[in-house]
Amino acid sequence: MAQMNMLHAINNALDIAMSEDDSTLCFGEDVGHFGGVFRATSGLQDKYGKLRCFNTPLVEQGIIGFANGLAAQGSRPIAEIQFADYIFPAFDQIVNEAAKFRYRSGNEFDVGKLTIRSPYGGGIAGGLYHSQSPEAYFAHTPGLKVVIPRNPYQAKGLLLASIRDDNPVIFFEPKRLYRASVGEVPEEDYQLPIGKAEIVQVGSDITILAWGAQMEILQKAADLATNDGIACEVIDLRSILPWDIETIVNSVMKTGRLLVSQEAPLTAGFASEIAATIQQECFLHLESPVERVCGLDTPYPLALEKEYVADHLKVYEAIKRSINY
Amino acid sequence: MSSELYNDDPIVHTPTFIDGTSVEIPELKILKQDGSIYEGSDMPDIDEILAVKVYKTLAFHRVLDERMVASQRQGRLSFYMAALGEEAASVGGAAGLKSQDMIMSQYREQGALMFRGFSLENFMNQMFSNKRDLGKGRQMPIHYGSKELNYMTISSPLGTQIPQATGYAYGQKLKGLDEVTLCYFGEGAASEGDFHAGLNMAAVQEAPVIFFCRNNGYAISTPSNEQFKGNGIASRGVGYGINTLRVDGNDILAVIKATQTARAYALKENAPVLIEAMSYRLGAHSTSDDPSGYRTREEEDKWLANDPILRMKNYLLAQNWWNEEQDKSLFEGLREKILAAVKISEKIDKPHIDTLITDVYDVPSIQLEAQLEQVKAHVNKYPQAYPFTAGKF
Repeated sequence: MAQMNMLHAINNALDIAMSEDDSTLCFGEDVGHFGGVFRATSGLQDKYGKLRCFNTPLVEQGIIGFANGLAAQGSRPIAEIQFADYIFPAFDQIVNEAAKFRYRSGNEFDVGKLTIRSPYGGGIAGGLYHSQSPEAYFAHTPGLKVVIPRNPYQAKGLLLASIRDDNPVIFFEPKRLYRASVGEVPEEDYQLPIGKAEIVQVGSDITILAWGAQMEILQKAADLATNDGIACEVIDLRSILPWDIETIVNSVMKTGRLLVSQEAPLTAGFASEIAATIQQECFLHLESPVERVCGLDTPYPLALEKEYVADHLKVYEAIKRSINY
Repeated sequence: MSSELYNDDPIVHTPTFIDGTSVEIPELKILKQDGSIYEGSDMPDIDEILAVKVYKTLAFHRVLDERMVASQRQGRLSFYMAALGEEAASVGGAAGLKSQDMIMSQYREQGALMFRGFSLENFMNQMFSNKRDLGKGRQMPIHYGSKELNYMTISSPLGTQIPQATGYAYGQKLKGLDEVTLCYFGEGAASEGDFHAGLNMAAVQEAPVIFFCRNNGYAISTPSNEQFKGNGIASRGVGYGINTLRVDGNDILAVIKATQTARAYALKENAPVLIEAMSYRLGAHSTSDDPSGYRTREEEDKWLANDPILRMKNYLLAQNWWNEEQDKSLFEGLREKILAAVKISEKIDKPHIDTLITDVYDVPSIQLEAQLEQVKAHVNKYPQAYPFTAGKF
């Protein structure tokens, strides 16, 4: 096992994917020689050539349109959108095209080999256009899969699974953790399952659930709660679409309480979908209302980022609120 | 390394505009309306067999359009889009390609699919969204597609196929195939951002794709002079560094020649080509449209005199490859066959209820399976409200 940060783990996964299949390509803005603004594709052009790893013009709708065509043709495109905040020009190509390609053609054609990678999330003093968490927009689109890793080990295994999955996958990478999160990562090939949550810490008093960079915050809050004698069951959802209802339901049946935390604004975020499903499935087992600890319903701030974010103290307070309900 | 593109251009010391309309674009014409050939024309690669096939395809196209518009008027079909007067652009484009080339269409290029041999039954089953539709009854009429015939399934959002065609062609290049992609779109769709994205990326990424613009003068009711100010769509190709041809879209020999030339160039140079075919949409935008609200009869009559199908017929007659008797029996036979096919297809069952959830993913998720079971239970409870599926699963 090697120590890797999340960027190394992602780069390593891309390297494995490109070496096993000559039709796998990595492209996007500054992705080629420079290796991407975060260096996730570093060294890939040198190793696999300019035809398979290259810069594109600055045109997100073109990058994804191009990727859709490549995937339909039978290649395996891994397209990078430099920041998730800039994915919206490509919204039509993702939501109306990639997601519906197989369905609308009656399976004559598909873009199942498409993977879209994009750094998302705040905590880096990026303000309103370098901090957003847009997963809920895409979770509302049948035909897509949406995957978000929490650490280097998860990033490599989930990215390899996303690249090989026979459906278009959006892989959001928590950029705050790109270099901050370091851990043991096997150098060999492995995959982690899409659509399966992971119980990170077993507990009996309350289920607390998140994904991506928010997992670190959940863990801090759970540690604080332990001092109060509260045993949290901590779960990483890992896949937003499809999401693992069964694991969450089983946990809430046991604990009787659920807290969901997301970086994105509160209203109509994915936490709301989880809350609705859990109240339906677990209504008679719930000891308190489902708590959502989220960003405010505002654009992502800059100077007041600390106040805005769903930090570990806000999560900790919500845990106590739920327990004392 | 940054580009040194501008180094040979003249330097001036007084502000000097380049006139936006100053680019002169030649228009390729080969076949005259009377069936004779312009002197000195560089003929396409076409023999009697191909010429007759092209003409029969044009005839099939016109009769199918006529009959389906009539069926829509009779209330048998929900919607239709005819290509009256501009059939040569789609049939000619397909005739200039090889069968392994991918065609990615907008929605008014059924002629290309006809040329490739999509059966009358396949057309009908798609339009009546029945269980034999290759698309499983999921898209409105005329959204055809066929993997076997290398014809990408059509999607309604305008221009989305343009950057996709660039990617498709790049994949063909990467695999070293003797294939190009031809991408159709209208002059209206060329206003979409995807047009810019697709053409610019094709030039930069060196993709063997032929962008084929059907400039038919109208985007629903909006005339092309309210769509753009430059010299057509062709002038933009120059800006992207793309080799560009303008062709008389009602001259099918010129369309075939332009496409054959573009294909050879795209493959040899690994570079895109832009073709702008000048034509006119003689019919309505769709069966939901009425052009009398936005243009005159006189304008339409001018283009009626340029009928591309009559022009091709005149060519065949002049070559002694065709006669009036054959012509009469071709059109009569087509009308009968199409009417009979309508009567069969409209009676075929709708797709099975299970196709509600298939093909959303490669395999339906647990959630989708559960949702389908709920729908089935509901249909069983109120069968009279769901006559297409009740009692059929």
